Amino acid sequence: MSGAPRGPVFLARETYGRRRLRDLARMLPLFGAVLILLPLLRGADPAARTGGVLIYLFVLWALLVAVAALLSRRLADESPPRDGAD
Amino acid sequence: MVSFNLLVAVALAYVAFLFLIAFAAERRAEQGRDAWMRSSTIYTLSLSIYCTAWTFYGAVGYAARSGLEYLTIYLGPTLVMVGWWWVLRKLVRIGRTHRITSIADLISSRFGKSTALGVIVTLLAVVGTTPYIALQLQSVTFSFSVFAEAAGREWQGTELTVAGLWVAAGLAIFTILFGTRNLDANERHHGIVIAIAVEAVVKLCALLAVGIFVVWGLAGGVRETLALIDASPIAAWKPSGSRWVALTFVSAAAIICLPRMFQVLVVENSDERHLGTASWAFPLYLFAMSLFVVPIAVVGLDRLPAGANPDLFVLTLPLAERREGLAMLSFLGGLSSATSMVIVATIALATMVSNHIVVPAWLSARSDGAMVSGDVRRVVVMARRLSILGVLALGYLYFRLSGGGAALAAIGLISFTGLVQVLPALIGGIFWRGATRWGAAAGLLTGFAVWAWTLFLPSFGEGNLMSATLMAQGPFGIGWLRPYGLLGLTTLDPVVHAILWSLLLNGAVFFLASILTFPTPLERLQGAQFVNVFEHSPGPRAWSTRSAGAEDLLVMSQRIIGASEAQALFQRAARRQGKEGYLPDVTPAFVEALERELSGSVGAATAHAMIGQITEGASVSVEDLIAVADEAAQIMEYSARLEEKSREQERTARALREANAKLTALSIQKDAFLSQISHELRTPMTSIRSFSELLRDGGIGPEGQARYAGIIHDEALRLTRLLDDLLDLAVLENGQVTLNRQEGRLSDLLDRAIAAAGAEGLAVRRNRAREAAVALETDLDRLAQVFINLIANVGKYCAAPRPELRIEVLEVGGRTAVDFIDNGSGIAPEDTELIFEKFSRLTDQGTAGGAGLGLAICREIMARLGGAIGYQPGRGGAAFRVTLPAREALAAE
Repeated sequence: MSGAPRGPVFLARETYGRRRLRDLARMLPLFGAVLILLPLLRGADPAARTGGVLIYLFVLWALLVAVAALLSRRLADESPPRDGAD
Repeated sequence: MVSFNLLVAVALAYVAFLFLIAFAAERRAEQGRDAWMRSSTIYTLSLSIYCTAWTFYGAVGYAARSGLEYLTIYLGPTLVMVGWWWVLRKLVRIGRTHRITSIADLISSRFGKSTALGVIVTLLAVVGTTPYIALQLQSVTFSFSVFAEAAGREWQGTELTVAGLWVAAGLAIFTILFGTRNLDANERHHGIVIAIAVEAVVKLCALLAVGIFVVWGLAGGVRETLALIDASPIAAWKPSGSRWVALTFVSAAAIICLPRMFQVLVVENSDERHLGTASWAFPLYLFAMSLFVVPIAVVGLDRLPAGANPDLFVLTLPLAERREGLAMLSFLGGLSSATSMVIVATIALATMVSNHIVVPAWLSARSDGAMVSGDVRRVVVMARRLSILGVLALGYLYFRLSGGGAALAAIGLISFTGLVQVLPALIGGIFWRGATRWGAAAGLLTGFAVWAWTLFLPSFGEGNLMSATLMAQGPFGIGWLRPYGLLGLTTLDPVVHAILWSLLLNGAVFFLASILTFPTPLERLQGAQFVNVFEHSPGPRAWSTRSAGAEDLLVMSQRIIGASEAQALFQRAARRQGKEGYLPDVTPAFVEALERELSGSVGAATAHAMIGQITEGASVSVEDLIAVADEAAQIMEYSARLEEKSREQERTARALREANAKLTALSIQKDAFLSQISHELRTPMTSIRSFSELLRDGGIGPEGQARYAGIIHDEALRLTRLLDDLLDLAVLENGQVTLNRQEGRLSDLLDRAIAAAGAEGLAVRRNRAREAAVALETDLDRLAQVFINLIANVGKYCAAPRPELRIEVLEVGGRTAVDFIDNGSGIAPEDTELIFEKFSRLTDQGTAGGAGLGLAICREIMARLGGAIGYQPGRGGAAFRVTLPAREALAAE
């Protein structure tokens, strides 16, 4: 379908999407916390290598930073525009 | 080989460079060219004071001792930053809305601007931060000693303490110079923030440089490094679940609760959007800082002699590899980490101490309060400078006491655990409206006490503050109170044990005390504002408006924020109210804005107390409400009076209009009366004139003469009668009539009247006995005149073939009335109003011969006599009721 109804639907979808973005921003630290605690579960495993855990943690860290960067940019767009240095 | 003197020279040059940068930044800020200083990059870099010398040197040592556990210290803050939408966003908004100056100020503000809570948090912060400052002094002196050692001179204890003293003194000077120039903490310390940002870059570069050198220079690449890790003692590390969770949690809480982190995160924040950038950029910074920690530790353990202190690998590795330049950079990185932390922590603590302890104490010590002469501004600045010296002195003292022996990481964790005790009150305060100041105080004190008992006091070493027996057996042999084994939990790691118990008891006491106590109104108001900071517009706090003089407030404000600033502020406020000059009206809005402004300088509780001293009353009191109600009542009364007045005027206007209408009507009546009179007089005069002319001309028989003379006589009589009537009416209307009072009987008077009326052929029906019973005492002649007129009228106007008059006597309302009723056609209802008017003959039948004055005269007579005459409709014919005057009324006249 085309024409008039498309506008509102599009807007609503956008607002809805932003709401979910905020939900993601709220859930991100919880996901992170759970994932950070994961190495504990393999603590007793003699096969667990410290180097592997180290790499796992740093990759997780980098992912958190990347998602946070994306989110903060999207959430910043959402706040009322004010001109500033950045 | 780097000579020690060269090292000192480089260190001094570096510090001088920082001075210059800070100075230039302050200059630019004064000129208003400071937009770039408020960028999100600077904000993120300033957050890097989280990475102190504990990170720079200590992380490697930590990794060498405890494997990957050091990562918890950086992963915790990462989670908080990434989850900024939860807590940090709210904290920053609250901090900006309420112009919060420190974490003590936040807690104090939230719980009704409680001074006591401010003091508690301040003391906690000072005690908790002191070991941390000592840690920085220790790391800087250690790094000096490393170079001294490399230069071939082993440092002894005295040299270490002397160096520590010099470092502390230098930091004090720098902090005082740049930290106390602006009194308003919310005006932000540009110089210091820029210096910290530069130091953040230097320490990151230094650590990365050492890391790159170690991985690619010494180990030979990433794969080799990983192989080294697997071969090193670190590979044997197995994560301890309790420590991993507890340390992640504590470091996550620490980034909010540490006074210095609160300072850079909340107080120095100039734009909320910077938080969004920092949410990923700061974790990235932490990531970079932590990246090479394990490689450095592994290579250090591999290459350096077995007894080498792993806390100093970052320095000793380059030195051992004869990379003096790199070692120097690394030294500067360590110096940067230590100095930036000490400067910010000291400023944060000094602000808290001066705002929550010194100034309130000074204010209450002066009985005359905030209104005395003497500059509060000077007092505040002095208090802050002294606090800076005091805090650094305490840090130095702890450094001396602890002997510089304990591992860096251990001291850092002790400090963290102590400062995190603010967490329940802080989080509870901004998310739970039910939190009360009693709950916050009780929780804080409990947590503080448990922390001191289980971690802080034992940290001085066995036998120093706590004896070995106490540690082993508990106080007085009470086993379940052992510092490392509360309630018998002896198997836990001491740090985890302390974190668990202190926060558990702290939170529980906070919660229980909060639900058992009732908050003050101001607390509830602040609570609602803090918890719902995103929904509420700032500031429903109300001041009583009347007692505070604008001038008093100006005098006080000048002493806090400076004369020109205060005057500008007042002038702006006055202009906003549309007034000229410096003194705006003291509206609640103005007082509130002023309080916020002042709280930026001296903290919310103090500002509130100072304004309170002038405005008298901490908030809206019952008296104020009564005063407001009184005012409202006065206004209502006034408006009621106005309304009454306008109603009165309306009434007057209506009366005037009516009078005017009456006058107009009267004038019309007068005109009509004159024209009637002239008409009535002219008719007989015309016939008299014409018949007298006929007689004069003669030629008329004697019979005609007699007839004409008769007509002239009749007309002259009629004229006389008319003039008599007019005269009579004029006399009656002017009230000049003199009444001739007589006594008589109604029956006799009616006999006389019927006889006088001369109405032949008129049948009169009477009840003579009833009439005879009525005794009269009035002007009988006048009354008879009325009766005669009425009887004569029947004779003249009754159209019935056999006219008949009924005269009835009756009692009406206690008075005697006489009705005269004929059997004619009566008077049309619309004419009944007119018959008593002058010249109101309804049907001029000619024969009547009256001028229409009769009934008018009757009405006047009855009014004079004190009686009345009226027409009675619906009685069969024309019916008039004459109400006789009361005997008393006449007697009274």
